Formats: sequence, structure tokens, C-alpha cells
Amino acid sequence: MKVKLKVWRQKNRDASGEFKTYQSPELNPSMSFLEMLDVMNEQLAAGGEEPIAFDHDCREGICGTCSLVIDGKPHGPHKGVATCQTYMRSFKEGDEIVVEPFRAHPFPLVKDLVVDRKAFDRIQHAGGFISVRTGAAPDANSIPVPKEAADLAMDAAQCIGCGACVAACKNASAMLFVSAKVSHLGLLPQGQPERYRRVKAMVDQMDAEGFGNCTVTGSCEAVCPKEISLDFIARMNRDYLVALLKGDAKKPSGGGAG
Amino acid sequence: MATLNPNIPSGPLDHKWEHHKFSSKLINPANKRKYKVIVVGAGLAGASASATLAELGYEVHNFVFHDSPRRAHSVAAQGGINAAKNYQNDGDSVHRLFYDTIKGGDFRARESNVHRLAEVSVDIIDQCAAQGVPFAREYGGLLDNRSFGGAQVSRTFYARGQTGQQLLLGAYSALNKMIGNGGVRSYTHSEMLDLVVVDGHAKGIIVRDLQTGAVTRHNADAVVLATGGYGNVYNLSTYARGSNVTASWRAHKRGACFANPCYTQIHPTCIPVSGDYQSKLTLMSESLRNDGRIWVPKRKEDCKKPPAEIAEADRDYYLERMYGAFGNLAPRDIASRAAKYMCDEGRGIGETGLGVYLDFSAAIQRLGEDKIRERYGNLFAMYHEITDESAYKTPMRIYPAVHYTMGGLWVDYNLMSNVPGLFVLGEANFSDHGANRLGASALMQGLADGYFVLPATIATYLAGVKPDKRPATDTPAFKQAEENVQGLTKGFLASKGKRTPGSFHKQLGKIMWDHCGMARTKAGLEQGIQLLGALREEYRAGVNVLGAATEWNQSLEQAGRIGDFIELGELMCRDALMREESCGGHFREEYQYTKEDKEVQDGLVNPGDVKRRDDEFAFVAAWEFAGEGKAPVLNKEPLVYEEVKMSTRSYK
Ligand SMILES: Cc1cc2nc3c(=O)[nH]c(=O)nc-3n(C[C@H](O)[C@H](O)[C@H](O)COP(=O)(O)OP(=O)(O)OC[C@H]3O[C@@H](n4cnc5c(N)ncnc54)[C@H](O)[C@@H]3O)c2cc1C
Ligand code: FES
Repeated sequence: MKVKLKVWRQKNRDASGEFKTYQSPELNPSMSFLEMLDVMNEQLAAGGEEPIAFDHDCREGICGTCSLVIDGKPHGPHKGVATCQTYMRSFKEGDEIVVEPFRAHPFPLVKDLVVDRKAFDRIQHAGGFISVRTGAAPDANSIPVPKEAADLAMDAAQCIGCGACVAACKNASAMLFVSAKVSHLGLLPQGQPERYRRVKAMVDQMDAEGFGNCTVTGSCEAVCPKEISLDFIARMNRDYLVALLKGDAKKPSGGGAG
Repeated sequence: MATLNPNIPSGPLDHKWEHHKFSSKLINPANKRKYKVIVVGAGLAGASASATLAELGYEVHNFVFHDSPRRAHSVAAQGGINAAKNYQNDGDSVHRLFYDTIKGGDFRARESNVHRLAEVSVDIIDQCAAQGVPFAREYGGLLDNRSFGGAQVSRTFYARGQTGQQLLLGAYSALNKMIGNGGVRSYTHSEMLDLVVVDGHAKGIIVRDLQTGAVTRHNADAVVLATGGYGNVYNLSTYARGSNVTASWRAHKRGACFANPCYTQIHPTCIPVSGDYQSKLTLMSESLRNDGRIWVPKRKEDCKKPPAEIAEADRDYYLERMYGAFGNLAPRDIASRAAKYMCDEGRGIGETGLGVYLDFSAAIQRLGEDKIRERYGNLFAMYHEITDESAYKTPMRIYPAVHYTMGGLWVDYNLMSNVPGLFVLGEANFSDHGANRLGASALMQGLADGYFVLPATIATYLAGVKPDKRPATDTPAFKQAEENVQGLTKGFLASKGKRTPGSFHKQLGKIMWDHCGMARTKAGLEQGIQLLGALREEYRAGVNVLGAATEWNQSLEQAGRIGDFIELGELMCRDALMREESCGGHFREEYQYTKEDKEVQDGLVNPGDVKRRDDEFAFVAAWEFAGEGKAPVLNKEPLVYEEVKMSTRSYK
């Protein structure tokens, strides 16, 4: 099969970008979408044109590196599937496929289809952890976790941090991502002591990074390659409210063991 | 010749680690922050080490080429992590895990390191659970376990099919905490391109910022490499595309010995190759072998028939037939070789004839489809996306693929290389898995090294270094190393060749698979070395790198990495040629059991199993770089077993 690609090309953050259209070489329907881009890039390089820059690593849907908006949808046509797991058999002979980067103000463009998603890391530096010093942990089975809670925490923990939720949202909201992180830790007994401090710190950093508000249109959930549920946003909002009501934690009075 | 002192502590095996920790030097807490430690890599090994060293008070600088530490290749691990918790009360113990690992590695690992690994395994699970790693649990709320190959107990902890991501997120969260409070400075999209050695000690690195192309110098009191494995030398593998050997290789060129480079692991259960455009091979977790049965048709004529049309009596469940005690859970090297033998006999399945079936029908009948979905749903979904086939309805097609590298930079008991001040952790070092790694043991080793071993052993080196005295970055060694990096970049951009780095990678991969793959011979390896020598020359003149040095340039990144892989490939072939025996994943056709051998007649092994030659080859081969165009120098560390008796490895 052959397809036409309409791809966003932009030299760097400051340059202006444009769509360019390329005719693909002969493709095999069993190729992945990224393998199609590899083949396309070989053809471009042979003609002396710089290859299309795109992000990828594991190519099995777990590292969250691949991105791409394909025909208007982050991660392409299939629900619950990342770009790297999208295969050419999902397209038809002669299709024109439009490929763009994840566009969102907090994700500045690096080149062509590559954007910088470090804002996600900074949100987690602010509070995405349970404080436990190495070597100080009790026996793992000393804190039983009900299977339901463990399973639900796991549902949230599946988030691969790709940022598709942000790219899909007209407000560039990161609520689905942050709520998945907050819920994963907040659902477990180990995460209780820092539960409210964590949600406050992470939401504040999310706002500082310039991510927009959530208006619950659900477009994030629809494109999430791990099908993270919108319910986690409601859960986070509740926790955030409680955190606000509690106010900043009181400083313990001084003294101590001396 | 390099000096290789393994620095194994004295005393009985099960007291060495305790004793060593107790007798090691300590650094006074007020002085710790005067020491700066560079950690390259933030996979399980690098992230856990960075976080823990910073907790202890060292000034830590962490570098990764990824855009975020969370994307390290560790994220892709599926199946699980071992620990000798004996939560199942099925007879597990530290000693059993130790023994299984030594035996699994075909008696080619260092005994003292492996015992320590088994000892700290239990602490890892405690640490991870406390961090909020959502391990699978039973209804009572306690942790669940499963079995993995090469073991007859259930000691593997897991988190659905994404144990790697969950453990990495745990280590990453510990790292985040220390980044947030200033204990760790994190440099992302930053690729280490050279090691700086001052007066024989590792004192810094040269780094290229992948976004801007800026090349910078960084000094430190010690440098830690946790940069992962080198399986992508074969081009097609289960590794992430970005995994590479550059950090290790450039350290090797600065004096660090590369140990056992030919020990590579070929994993038995991966999705077969479908075409020459293919960029990666996808693993189907070993955990599937708990419930899946592996077979091929008994008769060649049946191979092209749909599996449903092949009667039960006409199927050969060859692992169950050949390795009764372990059956489908035979270790990886054995299961892979057996699949190869079946295909060599012409009984392989699928379009290419390079495949075998992994069949769940019996398990589905026994347990129901829902139970199988709960256990392996995400793997079945992944299989479906790639092949467009449902493994609930028809058996999976699988074939072995390159998956892990047991070789790596040589380290002593303290995880320090032969270059003082250079430490190596995780898959990047060679120390714990011998000639074959057991499933679920790499995650264990990465976290053991990072959370528990290095934080205790690094002080033995730093105690001898004056605080605040590290060489400045304007000293000659830094200048020379930066010039080296700039020179390489210039060379690539100036080359007027016609071919992309990627096309050379394919060619390299094919040479390596054909000549240094699942079965190796003297003649094949010699030819491989010749082909690689020619490829190296061709690469210098013939590679074409577009774009500039001062911007995001993926072709330039690739060019450097593939150049290093070509050189490494040659060393791997030399190592495999030197090692005139078979052991674990290293199979030399000349050295295998045959019907005439007593061990076969006694029923210990099968004809075709690997045959070690302990008298001559019970050593670690640590190769030293001798200069461009010169033959590398072989150093040997004898493997001395104090407790275990080296025996024939039997899984029957
Ligand atoms: C598909 C798959 C499944 C697996 N499943 C399991 C399993 O179930 N159980 C198990 O025990 N093991 C498993 N393994 C093996 C295991 O995942 C790895 O061996 C282990 O995670 C390696 O961890 P690491 O920390 O050593 O390196 P990695 O996770 O590979 O991390 C390397 C780090 O180094 C950085 N880096 C590398 N080079 C440079 C450079 N030059 N400059 C800057 N940074 C650099 C990278 O950015 C990254 O942060 C699996 C492997 C694969 C491929
Ligand atoms: S490349 Fe890793 S998720 Fe797509």
C-alpha cells in the first residue's frame, strides 16, 4: 500500500512551521506507524532532505515517549492504543494522513513533531512521592492492602505520562495526568500521611506550569492510551478541596529530643 | 595489563556482606555534601542510586538522554521481580535464590556478588511496597507471587504486566523527592559522550545537550554508570530503540575493562519477525509459560496447516518431553535453543518457518477465559495489536529474540570498575548473572545495586579522596575529552557518504545474528570479525548525517551510537571465539553434549545441551582496550567457588 503524509515541519522552537506533503514508498500493512515513518525518513535522507524528527523509544506502548496527533487525534485512530502500537492496516491505500505534534502551551516544540514535556516532571518533583528513606521500610506484608484498593491504585498507576490528555484538551488541562498520579498514591495506605499535602503541591505546580482548567468534556479520557478514567479527576478534586479546608499544615511546636 | 582485584571480603559466604558493611569506612555526615557524585542513567539502577546517595547527603548530579527519567528502558519490563521472601511458604530461602541464580548462570558468575544479591532481595520488596508500588495482591491484602523459569518456587512479585513501569515509577518518585528538595540536580535530554580520567581516576564526563547541541564538561569525585545493556548491537531486539552502549564503550576506551561481552540472552518468547522494515521485536512475558504450553507439529508436513487442524497426538510439546522437571519453565537459554532446534529440523511454524506455538487452550479449559484475561489480558491485547490474531482463540506464534546482555563493564565486589572512581550498576555491569540470567532477576539486580549496594560501597572509595579537591573543568583532561567529542561530531557531519546510520545498523544486526547469535562456531566468528572490520571502514567513509551539530539531530545521535556498536560487535565476536566452551547463552556448536556422553546416558542432560569446560574456562574474560586498530588485551579473573560445587547444569 501507499499513502500520502501531510506532516508538520518546524526547524526549532522559534522558527515558523508548515505542513509538507510527502508520497510514501510502498508500505506493508503489518508495519507500525512509526516503522512507516522510519521508511519515509530513509527515503527523505536518500534525497538529501532532513528526516522528520519524532519521539519514540520502547515502541510497545509503555514508555510514553511517542506522541503525534494523527488525523486530529492524539495517538491516532484506536482507543486505548499509543501511536507506536498503531499499525498501517488501520489505514487505506491512498489515504492522506495528517501528522502533527502534541500542541499545548506548556509543551514547547523542540523540532518537527517533538515537544518538550518536562512540565510533567516538575509537577512530580513538587509532591509525586511517598517519603520513605531507603532501608527504613517495614516488611512488605506488614501493611495489607485490600485487593480492591490495590487494583484501583494500579488502574491509576498505569498512566505512561505521554501527555496525550493535554494535547486533546482545548484548555490544555493536565487534570487527567495529575489525578492519576495523585490517586495512585492516595488510594494506598502507605500514601495517607502525605495525601493532602501532595495533592495541594502537585495542583499548585500544575497551575504554575500554565496548564488550563478542566471543563469535563472527557476528550482526555477518550485518547488516553491506558484508558485512565475521568473518575480520578473527581477524586482529586475532592482531595484538593479537603486540602484547602485543612489549610497549610501547622508547624509542630519546637523542642524535640535535644 | 589491567589490575583486576575483585576485592571479595573474607569470611563465610553468608557473612561477607554484613561483615563488609561493618568494616567499610564511613564518611562523616558533615563531609558527605562536599562530595559530588555523577550518576549517568535513571533506570531502576540509576534512579535508585541517585535518590539514595542524595538521601545520605552526597551532592548528586543525574544525567539521562531521555526527556524524563521515567522513560528509561526499565519501564518496559513486564513479568516481575524475584525476592527470597518465602511468602508462599514453598521452601524458598536466600540460599535457594542464590543457588538458582548461580546455577541459572551456568556457574560463570561471581559467587559472593550473587549471594549478596539474594540477601538484599528481601529489602527491595519492602522498600518498593512502602513507596506505593501497586504489586498484585491476594484477597487477604497480602502480596501475590508467580513462578518464573529456572525456579521451582513462586518468588516473583509483579504488577499486572507492567512490573518494570511500576518499579521505575517508585524509584523515580524517590528521585523526584530528592530533585524537589535540591539533593539531586537532574539533567535530561543530556547524553554522556566521554569519560574524563585524571591521574587514573574517573573525575568527570562530557555531555551533549540533545536539544541545543551544547557540549559541556562536568566534574565529580566519582562517576557512576547505570546506562543499561547493549542488546541493540543486534539491531532487532526487545530493547527500546534508544538503548545503546555508548557510555560503557567510551568508558572502555578510557581504560575500563569490558567483561564477558559475548554473554547475551536470547529470550524464547517473542513475536516473530514479519518483514525487513521491522524496527523492534516485542517480548511476550515469560510469565506466559506458567499457563502456556509450547509445541510444534510432530511432522514437517503439518507445519503449514492451521494449528486447529493438527490433532493433539500430532503435536510435540518438546520442552515437556525434553525437560520433564521444569518443562515449559526451563530456563531461557535452554528454551530458546530448543525452539531453534525444532525450526532447524524443519518443524517451525508460520510463514517464515521461524516460529513455535505457545498454546493456552488447556489453561483456558481448566481455568476459564476470564482467569486468563485477568492474568495476561494486556499481553494478549498487545499480541492482538501486533499480529491481528486472538490468542484466546488460536495459539500465539513465538520465536526467540535478543533480550538482555549479561556481559558489561567489569566491576569488583564494591561495583567499582578497574578505573578507580568509576562505578557501574545494573545491566551495564557484568557481575551477577554469569552466562545466563534467570527471569525476574534483572529488576532485582538493578534495585539491589542502586538502593543497597552502591550507597554502602561508594564510601570505601570516597574515604580516600580529599573532599572539595576534584579537578576543575578547565584542566587538560577535560579539554582533551571535549575535543574528542567535538571531533567525532565534526567527522560525522563532514562525511560525504550516502547511507543513513540506520541502514548500517541493519547490516550490523544481521552480521551479529548470523555470526554471533544463538549458535556460534569458530569459522563463523572468524568471518564475523572480518565482516565487522570491513563494516567499520565502510561506516567511516560511507555514513551520511544530515542536519547540524547545534540543534536537535536524531541522525547525529544515532551515528555515534551505531559507530560504537560496530566496534563492540567485533569485541563480542573475539570474546566468543576465545571462549572455546559452551555455557548458558553462549553456545559454541563444537562444545555440546552428544549421545556418547555419560551425562546424557545418565539422564542429566539432553544431546545438544551446552558443554562447559571448567578446567580451562572458569574465568571472567575482562577485555582491555589497547588503542585504535590494536587487538584488545584479555585479562582473566578466575572464578573461585567457596561454597557451591560447579556441576553439570541439569533441568531434567
Ligand atoms: C521488554 C523487556 C522486558 C523485561 N522484563 C523483565 C522482567 O520482567 N523482569 C526482570 O527482572 N527484567 C526484565 N527485563 C530486563 C530489565 O528490564 C533490564 O535489564 C533493566 O531494567 C535494566 O535497568 P538499568 O537501570 O540497568 O538500565 P535502563 O533501564 O536501560 O536505564 C538506562 C538509563 O541510562 C541512560 N543512559 C544510557 N546511556 C546514556 C548516555 N550515554 N548518557 C546519558 N544517559 C544514558 C538512559 O537515559 C536510562 O535512564 C526486561 C527487558 C526487556 C527488554
Ligand atoms: S514509544 Fe514507548 S509508548 Fe510509544
